Amino acid sequence: MNKILEIKNLTKEFKGFTAVKNVSFNVDEGGFFSILGPSGCGKTTLLRMISGFIQESGGEIFIRGKLMRGIPPEKRPVNIVFQSLALFPMMNVRENVAFGLKRQKLKKSEIDDKVSDMLARVSLQGFEKKKVTELSGGQRQRVAIARSLVMKPSILLLDEPLGALDRKLREHMKIELKLLQKELGTTFIYITHDQSEALVMSDKVAVMNKGRFEQIDTPRNLYKNPATAFVAGFVGESNRLELKSKDGDFITTKDGWKLKRPGLDFTPEVLYIRPEAFILTPAKNLDNISRFEVKIKTILFDGSNTKVAAIESSSGAEVLISLPQNARFENLKEGDTVEVGINYENLKCY
Amino acid sequence: MENKKGFNITFYLLILPVLLWLIVLIVLPHLDLLISSFQGDSDAGGKVFTLEHYMAFFQSKIYWLTFINTAAYAIGITILAFIVTFPVAFYLTKVISKKYASFLALLLLIPLWVGELVTVYGWMIILGDHGVINEFLLSIGLIDKPIDMLYTNFSMTIGLLYISMLFMVVPIMSTLESLDDSLIEAASDLGASKWTIFTKIIIPYSMPGITSGGIIVFMLVIGDYVAPDILGGKSSLWFTEQIYNEFLSTFNWGEGAAFGFLLLMISSSIIWLALKLTGQKLERVGS
Ligand SMILES: Nc1ncnc2c1ncn2[C@@H]1O[C@H](COP(=O)(O)OP(=O)(O)OP(=O)(O)O)[C@@H](O)[C@H]1O
Ligand SMILES: [Mg+2]
Repeated sequence: MNKILEIKNLTKEFKGFTAVKNVSFNVDEGGFFSILGPSGCGKTTLLRMISGFIQESGGEIFIRGKLMRGIPPEKRPVNIVFQSLALFPMMNVRENVAFGLKRQKLKKSEIDDKVSDMLARVSLQGFEKKKVTELSGGQRQRVAIARSLVMKPSILLLDEPLGALDRKLREHMKIELKLLQKELGTTFIYITHDQSEALVMSDKVAVMNKGRFEQIDTPRNLYKNPATAFVAGFVGESNRLELKSKDGDFITTKDGWKLKRPGLDFTPEVLYIRPEAFILTPAKNLDNISRFEVKIKTILFDGSNTKVAAIESSSGAEVLISLPQNARFENLKEGDTVEVGINYENLKCY
Repeated sequence: MENKKGFNITFYLLILPVLLWLIVLIVLPHLDLLISSFQGDSDAGGKVFTLEHYMAFFQSKIYWLTFINTAAYAIGITILAFIVTFPVAFYLTKVISKKYASFLALLLLIPLWVGELVTVYGWMIILGDHGVINEFLLSIGLIDKPIDMLYTNFSMTIGLLYISMLFMVVPIMSTLESLDDSLIEAASDLGASKWTIFTKIIIPYSMPGITSGGIIVFMLVIGDYVAPDILGGKSSLWFTEQIYNEFLSTFNWGEGAAFGFLLLMISSSIIWLALKLTGQKLERVGS
């Protein structure tokens, strides 16, 4: 794959505060790359360096192999969809989308064609004359995306573009955005603090924390094999248990829960277990699993996502366990005692 | 239904003081002037309806030339006020940090605290033959006799500009404050030059503020008396001085009143025309 964007040791310091620390990554041509991290971790700062609005304190940005240092935003082959959308309120939908094309001094007929084509792609035909202040949240969203995409950028940067939408619309736009990206083949760099957005849409996700990248991986790997405790805690749901000691193949949590976990060559401090990693009443012949008993405390019914809160019998440690999607455990009730197992490799220690 | 009625009564109660204030202090005196502007003396010594005061304005060249001169200056000063204050407003709202901005904005209000007369005398000290500027230029030997600045159209323009500037800067600042910086960034991201951003984004966005500032400045300048009279000197052709003369020098109250109304009507028409030409709507101004 062609690398369209290369970032090497990028750093940004604000008076005595480092917002982005030594970040390096590559983005493949036509890829959907997400940067996932909590609020204030430096995502917007990183994006603003790529688009050229702020100057990096150190490191390099290459787009198609070309060093971007000193090139102003209007000359970079990237376009940005702002966190606040930044639609021009005094212009209608058509004028907003045509704004960038007009700056390129294209012929009027050519501009008209490109704008109509782009508006059709984002399902906004017939809205040309509408004021942007008269649109719904989702429509405004699409105008902002159309306005950037019509410029045919090498890379489209999106800064939490779905942040302002309600849940339902967000779910819908998530899928639409992914389809649009596939169809156009434009490289997307997508910033979000919502792990589900990142996992659903992306080819690659970088997890960012306090200005650093913790892990860059495919969504599946990120979920299955988190590289650090932060990633394990931030991506997807997990039970977090602090550890007290390690004794050969056994680890013990602060509550005193002793579990078999072979293959560790360091003394871990914290253990993460996904709710769906628990196997209820595992078969007797199943190998490589840690076995123990739990007592059901409450059942948290949520359709396909139903979980139980349970207490581990020997230590009293509390864990959340996903209920499998079959009728076998439908009769489970509070106070029941169940045998549970977890594969060694699903006991994530850090 | 009842609810709606209750709302109406409260509404009228609230608006009553405003209406009274308007009627007693503004409408009634004007009504009196309006009547006298149409009143002439009949041969028998009684009062009769007449248009002669209004006709006088159009028949005598000096009157309407003075008016045209006044209006031209008022338009020019309004444009100048915009040119001078827009960068200031932009700087205060968008460039420097908020905490200095409010302090500097307060400084802008100083001319208002000391009053028009004091500011005008201030300018006399600066521009006079033995004023600050001339003394300085003389002392460094750039000139060997004082330049005539005071009692000219130049000093009048400076004075009028100075006292009206504030009324331009405040509305522009308030619209610029609501301008999201990311709008400017978005435009530059889409390839717009600094000039394009200024003409296509910043100016259109602040148009309501510019318009309301423009209306205030224009009205203030065209109706001002102090600065043209003191700073403009004998040569200044200012319409309010004409009205003043009618009332207090020739005691022709009818003509004075008629001129007052002409000033109001023509200047309102100029504003109306300007709004039409720039495609602005009065309702949007001030928001
Ligand atoms: N101009 C600046 N001067 C000083 N500090 C700044 C500046 N811009 C951002 N920061 C700091 O840098 C850190 C990262 O900010 P950034 O806007 O990149 O966060 P973010 O990850 O985009 O957060 P969010 O998800 O809330 O948008 C924050 O702690 C912020 O306070
Ligand atoms: Mg941000």
